[in-house]
Amino acid sequence: MSRRRLNVNPLDYSRKLWMRSAMGFTFFFLYFPIISLIIFSFNDSKRNITWQGFTLKYYEKAFNNNQLHEAFANSLLIAGISTLTATVLGAMLGLALYRFRFPMQGPYEGIVHLPIVIPEICLAVAMVAFFATVEVPLGLVTITVSHIAFSIPFVAVVIRARMAGFNRSLEEASADLGASQWQTFWNVTFPYMKPGLVAGALLAFTLSLDDFVITFFTSGPGSTTFPIKIYSMVRFSVTPEVNAASTVLIVITLALTTLALWVQSKSQRNESNA
Amino acid sequence: MPDTDKTIISVQDVTKRFGSTVTAVDNVNLEIKEGEFFALLGPSGCGKTTLLRMIAGFETLTEGAILIDGDDVSSVEPTHRPVNMVFQSYAVFPHMTVEENVGYGLRVVGTPKAEIDSRVKEAIDLVRLSGLEQRKPNKLSGGQQQRVALARALVKKPKVLLLDEPLSALDAKLREAMQLELVRLQENVGITFIIVTHDQKEALSMANRIAVMGDGKILQIASPKTLYEYPSSSFVADFIGQVNLFDVTEQGIAHGELTLTVDELGAVVLPGVDTSRTYHKLALRPEKIGVARDKPSEIGLVAIPAKLVEDSYIGDQSHLYFETAGGKALSASVQNRDRDDHHLNKRGEKMWLYWHPAHFQPLSD
Repeated sequence: MSRRRLNVNPLDYSRKLWMRSAMGFTFFFLYFPIISLIIFSFNDSKRNITWQGFTLKYYEKAFNNNQLHEAFANSLLIAGISTLTATVLGAMLGLALYRFRFPMQGPYEGIVHLPIVIPEICLAVAMVAFFATVEVPLGLVTITVSHIAFSIPFVAVVIRARMAGFNRSLEEASADLGASQWQTFWNVTFPYMKPGLVAGALLAFTLSLDDFVITFFTSGPGSTTFPIKIYSMVRFSVTPEVNAASTVLIVITLALTTLALWVQSKSQRNESNA
Repeated sequence: MPDTDKTIISVQDVTKRFGSTVTAVDNVNLEIKEGEFFALLGPSGCGKTTLLRMIAGFETLTEGAILIDGDDVSSVEPTHRPVNMVFQSYAVFPHMTVEENVGYGLRVVGTPKAEIDSRVKEAIDLVRLSGLEQRKPNKLSGGQQQRVALARALVKKPKVLLLDEPLSALDAKLREAMQLELVRLQENVGITFIIVTHDQKEALSMANRIAVMGDGKILQIASPKTLYEYPSSSFVADFIGQVNLFDVTEQGIAHGELTLTVDELGAVVLPGVDTSRTYHKLALRPEKIGVARDKPSEIGLVAIPAKLVEDSYIGDQSHLYFETAGGKALSASVQNRDRDDHHLNKRGEKMWLYWHPAHFQPLSD
């Protein structure tokens, strides 16, 4: 009895019924809605309740929907600008937190990471209140600024974690060999940061692209983003067109996440090869 | 050996404090001559690395000044100091090839391409890395990375090369080979080397001169031989190799020569030793002690009977631990010249230990 227990390897637990059913339920609840969404995007039915047959016409319809186009362009624009800005600022923040010791650093770090943990709705209300106070009209600008704000801590955390494995002697060696601080940064520190920058940027991009709550609160007339457009379409009826548009978004997000993981694992492989 | 008498590094009254409580380096004075192979030796935490990093410019001085080739560099950034460093972790740039690593220090200061190429090739040849120019550091062994770090520093033609525990990460065999190689390299390039190490054998075998540090202070600066045979304090005597210490109970002068009385041995006459100082201990290296079954008849030897307590066989030598009738522990090391010699020593056996009193080193602390 005890011997058998000792010999259990990690995969053996999947032979236990309760373990298998827990796994099954988890996968079911996680992926069934998504899979049915994708399947029904090919459904040849306006009401989209029962399966009527395969069609691509709702993809065609979605691709020809000008409002959807505009919303998607807005989303890309916001995600692009906020990713760029948040990556630069977040990287600088992560680097500063790694590099320097300053008074109140502990509390400062806590506050910096707060946007990751506080509920998005609170952040959204705070943003709206802030923009009202400074009298900036809601629109693309306010959405972008908000996205930058909530993306920065995510990038900073990724960079900080990346820098934890950095050998400070490399920077000292560079300075010792006659490089200026700027040369040292671009030749030695930056190449080491790069995988973290790519991962952080992709994270910021996907966060921005599918953000709903904060975007909804900080958007104004004419600044509809892709998720908000889909939400408004759903309010009328769930047509396969919505499914088709959502499927496209899922594919984009998935592709970017895969790319981020691939970049990260590739750089790890490069470093651990001895 | 040093070619000239020119001082290349002058450390003047240098003190380094971290915060208000920790004094890492305590009022150190040091003159290092051009072309020397100089070692800073001491136990970990003695301040030797801090001193080296102050010479490189990575630590600021709390007090004092450091002169490199006559120029006060105390407020000069490491970037602009005419010294280069080999780091303990090698600090080879992981994303650059061997060639790029070695050429880095020339590229960042805008050296012409043709000159970089020839100097890089020369440096790579010097450290015997030819053929590996295009390798990335993660495809190199520890010893090879060490060579890259060496070439990268030497290609800058520094006035002084600083080495921070350069061999500590290598295995014993490779370490010994690299010791010889570093000495050969230093003789070839003629650049002053300053090496920091906690390994006394490493310092003794490589350096022309050694500074022994303890607790932030320099305790003795001397050649390896002087340091070993004539240590100035019991700390140095104990840190460099093994030592037997006897407490001096009485000091006197007989016939103009120093006489020290030791409990276990009685009065010992030490010809030619400075009589004006007060001595508290007598030091004796274990290998200076002879071991015999019978009392040696030669006149002028110190001889004492002792019981063998422990016989530690380490191949080429045996370390024998004895106890005298008075309870004094003594260690002697003997060469195992005969294959079966060491089997003759039985624990508990009474034997005679003898040595010439000239081997005694009187210590004042």
